[in-house]
Amino acid sequence: MRTLKSQEVYIPLKDAIMQSGVVLPDDILLGIEKAKREEEDGPALSVLKHITDNLSIAGKKHIPLCQDTGMVILFVSIGQELIIEGDPLEKVLYRAVEDAYEKGLFRKSVVEDPLKDRKNSGNNLPPVIYYDFLPGDRLIIKGLLKGFGSENCSRVFMLKPTDGREKVIESVVSAVRDAGGAPCPPVVLGIGIGGTMDYAAKLSKKALLRKLDQHHPDPYYSDLEKEILDQVNATGIGSGGVGGKTSALGVKIEKFPTHIAGLPVAVSVNCWADRRLEISL
Amino acid sequence: MREIQLPLEKSLVKELTVGEELRLNGTIYVGRDQAHQRLTRLIENSEALPFELKGNIIYYMGPSPTPEGRVIGSAGPTTAGRMDPFTPALLDRGLTAMIGKGNRNQSVYDAIIRNGAVFLYAFGGCGALYSDKITSSEVLAFDDLGPEAIYKLKVKDFPVLVAIDCRGNNIFK
Repeated sequence: MRTLKSQEVYIPLKDAIMQSGVVLPDDILLGIEKAKREEEDGPALSVLKHITDNLSIAGKKHIPLCQDTGMVILFVSIGQELIIEGDPLEKVLYRAVEDAYEKGLFRKSVVEDPLKDRKNSGNNLPPVIYYDFLPGDRLIIKGLLKGFGSENCSRVFMLKPTDGREKVIESVVSAVRDAGGAPCPPVVLGIGIGGTMDYAAKLSKKALLRKLDQHHPDPYYSDLEKEILDQVNATGIGSGGVGGKTSALGVKIEKFPTHIAGLPVAVSVNCWADRRLEISL
Repeated sequence: MREIQLPLEKSLVKELTVGEELRLNGTIYVGRDQAHQRLTRLIENSEALPFELKGNIIYYMGPSPTPEGRVIGSAGPTTAGRMDPFTPALLDRGLTAMIGKGNRNQSVYDAIIRNGAVFLYAFGGCGALYSDKITSSEVLAFDDLGPEAIYKLKVKDFPVLVAIDCRGNNIFK
């Protein structure tokens, strides 16, 4: 068994959250640069230029690149030969989120009750957490700071088992088309196919954790990722929704077995400000 | 690119065409979901509003906390569509322009044409950039709403695109 002190989890997680609200991952930066190179002169190019200016200002002045610093989603994978000493793990995760938002001067965007009085929790707690287990003694935490301009455009489709590939593509493209400029395109799409309604939705978030160039290992699905990306870009929605060549930076699919009677498809829409984090301990 | 000194006169709104890039200079007001709901209630009860709608601009935004030595934190636009149910009543009372991201519904679109108003697109996600364009910020009303309060901002070289012009041309179509 390996022992990890709770502080050894808290510090890197807090730092990773603070970093991810200010600086985007390299694959996203490359994607934005590529979109800029390919865009013709016009409103969409102006959007992309302002996006790159914004990223440089955020980095230089250490302020959040977007005021919607999101709700935190964490995927926590715990090695079964690992003991965490000190505070309970969930308490440590909460403290890392709370302190990162306070120290990073991130906006607290979480309300305590979704319906009743919608009072701000004041500390961006709670995060949404998914746990799973790993063989070995590692702790891997991956996460997203999920903005809600894009999250409001996420969708679940309970398709028929015989609907097939074309209907999956059509459903995803319809979600992006309906979203238009609202989710801050060029978007990143996480797609969950299979499982149950809730599990497909979880898979769509898990898909968002991968880098843009980490394609699905099964060629059938990596081809589907490419086909969806091409069709989304063919909509002409463009950066900011003002019309242009790049409507999405990437499409990532996760799949799971499902029931003979169904074909759940969930689409998580993320903005170009695709704020991911990952720590491996 | 056109430099605009605020307030934005309705006669100037007529000249603006979809896709055109503007730089705003002067005073704008900030309000989002909860503030719109409260403004609407005040209007329904014929009570005084915290600022004059006529001739003014509302920016849909909720900033991140202000770092020491800065005027405001990250301050980019939020999705305009959520304010659609409240907007026609504000336009009918003289609001000249709104700034946000994403398309509007038919009733806002109609109210823009009816009132000779304009919808301006601010670059979505660019909170750090907009923070740099704001030279002063004060909470004007609904302090209890935190980032959802109504703010009065002074802006300089604040970049926007004309998204829906007063003739109904729409950049999102």
